[in-house]
Amino acid sequence: MAALIEIEGLSKRFGDLLAVDDVSFAVDRGDVLGFLGPNGAGKTTTMRMITGFLNHDGGRISVCGHDVTSEDIAAKTAIGYLPEGAPLYGDMTPRALLAFVASVRGMSASRARERTDWAVSRLGIESVFDQPMDTLSKGYKRRVGLAQALLHDPEVLILDEPTDGLDPNQKHEVRSLIADMAQDKAIIISTHILEEVDAVCSRAVIISRGKLVADGTPIELAARSRYHNAVTLTLRGIGALEAQSSLASISGVAEVAFSDNETGVTRCTLFPKASAAIIAEVSAHVSSVGWEVDQMWVESGRLEEVFRNITTGASAGAK
Amino acid sequence: MSTVMSIFRRELGGYFATPVAYVFIVIFLLLNGMFTFYMGNFYDRGQADLQPFFSWHPWLYLFLVPALGMRLWAEERRTGTLELLMTLPISVTQAVLGKFLAAWAFAAIALALTFPIWITVNYLGQPDNGLIVAGYFASLLMAGGFLAISSCISAMTKNQVIAFVVSVVVCFLFTVSGLPFVLDFFAGWAPQALVETIASFSFLGNFNDMMRGVIDLRHITYFVSLIAVWLFVNVIVVNNTKGV
Repeated sequence: MAALIEIEGLSKRFGDLLAVDDVSFAVDRGDVLGFLGPNGAGKTTTMRMITGFLNHDGGRISVCGHDVTSEDIAAKTAIGYLPEGAPLYGDMTPRALLAFVASVRGMSASRARERTDWAVSRLGIESVFDQPMDTLSKGYKRRVGLAQALLHDPEVLILDEPTDGLDPNQKHEVRSLIADMAQDKAIIISTHILEEVDAVCSRAVIISRGKLVADGTPIELAARSRYHNAVTLTLRGIGALEAQSSLASISGVAEVAFSDNETGVTRCTLFPKASAAIIAEVSAHVSSVGWEVDQMWVESGRLEEVFRNITTGASAGAK
Repeated sequence: MSTVMSIFRRELGGYFATPVAYVFIVIFLLLNGMFTFYMGNFYDRGQADLQPFFSWHPWLYLFLVPALGMRLWAEERRTGTLELLMTLPISVTQAVLGKFLAAWAFAAIALALTFPIWITVNYLGQPDNGLIVAGYFASLLMAGGFLAISSCISAMTKNQVIAFVVSVVVCFLFTVSGLPFVLDFFAGWAPQALVETIASFSFLGNFNDMMRGVIDLRHITYFVSLIAVWLFVNVIVVNNTKGV
């Protein structure tokens, strides 16, 4: 069976600016795709094209097998969408908004009641359910926006910065909600927060200046970092200079970097040649010279560094 | 159709959720009373009809209906809720119809609340009630025409003030196109057929005929097709500019 969201050769032009340039990817049931990129890279534009708010200039988008241009109503029926900034009708209450969305989506009265109860309790908006949305805080607005997107239990969820403006507890709630729903849906979330990608996404794509520049699992992407397989040590009672010459001599070590030295403690990171595993050599060396080691661990790679390298055009470090 | 009704209910409820509805209705009724009794000389004429009441409606609507229509789309654009609305499984045509019908129904409510004047004239004399019904019908149709223009223009901007001003100007042109000072401008050089066409586009001409009880299919066709054309353009405008 085809993937729930299929995007092929998508492009969009605003005047002279090519906002989205030949982007292709697919998201299947069970996938949570993290959509990353700097501001203005084309994330929101792409999401708006998937949800049918913007028309695309080239390429093809299908949602649950429905082309979003020729079968837009069928595609929109399958999608739940949280637009950027969670715009809501300010003079309506969440109750009225959810009733409106339920009726537009053709839900029966009993199903509307059941789904509304679910969304309200799951997103914790009981206390503001009858307040005009103009009076709600940013966090509540975001949660009402999510409730609206989830109301019809859609197969495809498109969430543009779902945790923006939430406090850490609420962020955690929303992430666990997404994780709970992931199994039987195809989900795309855009975010600036890279820890979120590690926390909830099964796959991440990075878009930069309208082009898709990376696509992989968070682990695969992190492996593109120069930190991948690097070893970080904290040594007690050994000076940086002394450690430097000794550690650099280990076979397989390309570079040694020192960071935030407290008194009496030296912290250094050893970068391997070609991302090879060097932990065995390092630990053998350390025990042979008899240093006092407080901590030693293998880095899996830093997504943030990969993101920066890819989107600023620099080559991806050691790789 | 049920989708149109959902939008219709939300929009109409939206008018009453804010003071807009009450302010509009109170001002509409006050101005109607002032125009009818002071400027229309309702009593002095000594005639049992609502001629002085209806004849001011084009001028009242000229300002009040664009005020009603200006928020229809401009507000959605400004606050970003257009994105919410247009990503629900709704066609643009359904959204345009739902919004227009809600605003029109609201205008109908305001118009219906002028019923005391009808009671008054029946108390004072024996008016031709058929003529009064024709007047109300014509007035409502004309309000629909003004409203379709305002709705379409509201879709072109996110600024309600611009929507209001431009709508008033366009409505004004449609209102006066049958008056001598417009027709004289064309009469000198344009072919007679064009002058007659322009004259026939006039709200005033069509409305005055209907108000006098001449409910010709021609007049109804005029207003209905005017509404249809402006709403059709409205759909095109929303379709082409929704994401911009």
